[in-house]
Amino acid sequence: MPIVKSLRVIGNRTVNAVWRTGYATRFFVMTLFYSGPSFKRFRLIVKEMFSSGVMSLIIILVAGMFVGMVLGLQGYETLKRYGSESALGSLVALSLVRELGPVLAALLFASRAGSAMTAEIGLMKATEQIAAMEMMAVNPIARVVAPRFWAGVISMPLLAAMFSAMGVFGGYVVGVVIIGVDEGSFWSQMQASVDFQHDVLNGVIKSFVFGLAVTAIALFEGYDAPPTAEGVSGATTRTVVQSSLAILMLDFILTAFMFQGA
Amino acid sequence: MAKIAVRHLTKSYNSGKVIALEDVSFEVQPYESFCILGPSGCGKTTLLRHIGGALKPTSGHIKVDGQILHELDQEGLYEMRRKMGMLFQFGALFTDMSVYDNVAFQMREHTDLPEELIHDLVMMKLHAVGLRGTHDLMPSELSGGMARRVALARTVALDPMLIMYDEPFAGLDPISLTVVGDLIRRLNDALGATSVIVTHDVQESLKIVDYIYFVADGVIVAEGTPDEIQASDKSFVRQFVHGEMDGPVPFHYPGGDYRTDLGVTA
Amino acid sequence: MERTTLDLWVGAFVVAGLGALVVLALKVGNLSTYNVSESYVLQAHFTNVGGLKPTASVRSSGVLVGRVTSIVLDTERYEARVTMSIDKRYQFPKDTFANILTSGLLGEQYIGLLPGGDDVMLASGDEFKKTQSAVVLEDLIGKFFTSTADAK
Repeated sequence: MPIVKSLRVIGNRTVNAVWRTGYATRFFVMTLFYSGPSFKRFRLIVKEMFSSGVMSLIIILVAGMFVGMVLGLQGYETLKRYGSESALGSLVALSLVRELGPVLAALLFASRAGSAMTAEIGLMKATEQIAAMEMMAVNPIARVVAPRFWAGVISMPLLAAMFSAMGVFGGYVVGVVIIGVDEGSFWSQMQASVDFQHDVLNGVIKSFVFGLAVTAIALFEGYDAPPTAEGVSGATTRTVVQSSLAILMLDFILTAFMFQGA
Repeated sequence: MAKIAVRHLTKSYNSGKVIALEDVSFEVQPYESFCILGPSGCGKTTLLRHIGGALKPTSGHIKVDGQILHELDQEGLYEMRRKMGMLFQFGALFTDMSVYDNVAFQMREHTDLPEELIHDLVMMKLHAVGLRGTHDLMPSELSGGMARRVALARTVALDPMLIMYDEPFAGLDPISLTVVGDLIRRLNDALGATSVIVTHDVQESLKIVDYIYFVADGVIVAEGTPDEIQASDKSFVRQFVHGEMDGPVPFHYPGGDYRTDLGVTA
Repeated sequence: MERTTLDLWVGAFVVAGLGALVVLALKVGNLSTYNVSESYVLQAHFTNVGGLKPTASVRSSGVLVGRVTSIVLDTERYEARVTMSIDKRYQFPKDTFANILTSGLLGEQYIGLLPGGDDVMLASGDEFKKTQSAVVLEDLIGKFFTSTADAK
């Protein structure tokens, strides 16, 4: 009976998905629960911040610069039609600080640092390093997962801020230095329209949430990966796909909450 | 001292459809070193994982030091594991740490020893396996045999009372194999630990253990001292010890009628 | 515990990140002109606030002197009550005129203050008596058409 068979497949998949969601939630709660030791030994977090934060610096800075330059160019072309080139500064800054900075930085972070985290933990599992740690009476969630989690959560807002600052600089280079928009109005329009609390802080909150989501997904996928080469590579792909989707969905939800009616 | 008692241990997966171990019982006295022999996939590693407390039995129990392992909570289990050491199949060295940090790992995690003392201890452990000179190398820079020896140094870092070896000889060249076998024997004697070796390498294990259990398809099929095993006339043991192709462990995986599969009808 | 190059890198990373935040706050955002000095509260009623939003600027002679903090409908008068916080450094006479203006034709709306000549200054919690509502584009166009129709 092909219908019964396909129904059974669908049923199994659904049950599995619910099962995994529960397991992921428990994993996340455990990570928070066992976070104490990594704050007592902050060096563990610092070490992971190097591999997730510092190693993502170049890609974040270069990407931020180019995104800002594109914004400067496109924004100028559009604003010129309405004769309001002076608003270029506020256009560049607002789009970066509110949206592009947190979102693009998080997407880059997911594919640079998130995938690396998944692969690293997946390989640790495949080569029995996690099991070995467990046999040495060391909790791998406290020793391996939690420091990486907090390193990611701390790094993400910093990276997003650097992305935005670099983007504003890129927009300045294209708009003011190359095209020749008035420098004074570029900055003053920007300052008049970008509100610290409303725009900058909300951007920081966004990137914090994205950092949370990306690292949680990356670590779970790594920890849950089947301990084989295919298992790890599949998990790495899932990390990038799922965290990208999570970032964009969360961005919609957060934007709806933050900027409603204001 | 670590005394292990395994009682009616049964482990099954998929709610009883796959049986990995069935009604396994044995007892090991302290200071004894014994070996679980058997073909690949017979449940040896599963048995070892039960002794380490990494798996919970479906029924039956394992007592280590008088405590039933699967009834301990996580803290109790971790307390128990500090007295255990386990050498994994391919060493399982932490790839993001140097050889030195690997050996120092447990000392740093579980003790408050000053760094100078840890340094001396690590050097002593590495010296015992003859690899003091490799302390600042990364695991990826070591050969397979050297990695296994570093892992051995890490396993005995906190002088455990019970040491488990999961396929310690897998994938080693003859020289490394002899070196690792000899080290296991000497470390056992020096530490006075109980040791469990899971392997399918008959000749090497016969040289270094006191007692042998043969496992096949999840049950113990034979046991005895190395001499008894050598002299055994049980067909399974004979096949395994002498590496014969066909016997109780068949060459052919069960299949349908050969002629039908070829499409030749009689 | 000794310092390592790794610490240097991570330290530089954190400093750069915080630095970027400061740049965003001061150079890109308006933190330098907002919240820094102490402020006092003034109110005004408008028959129509148009597109005025909280956090919109309050300007006098084009200089930013404060921000709109809230806009609510006063159900006693059925008019919009706008509360704004004004920089303590700036005091305004009692007969100051508060207008809702638009920067440019389609730009953001803000409150413009046109000081009068009274000797008594507005204190915290006081209200602007003289206000002018937002110019609603539809009304303007409507008026334009009626006046051209009348002229015929």
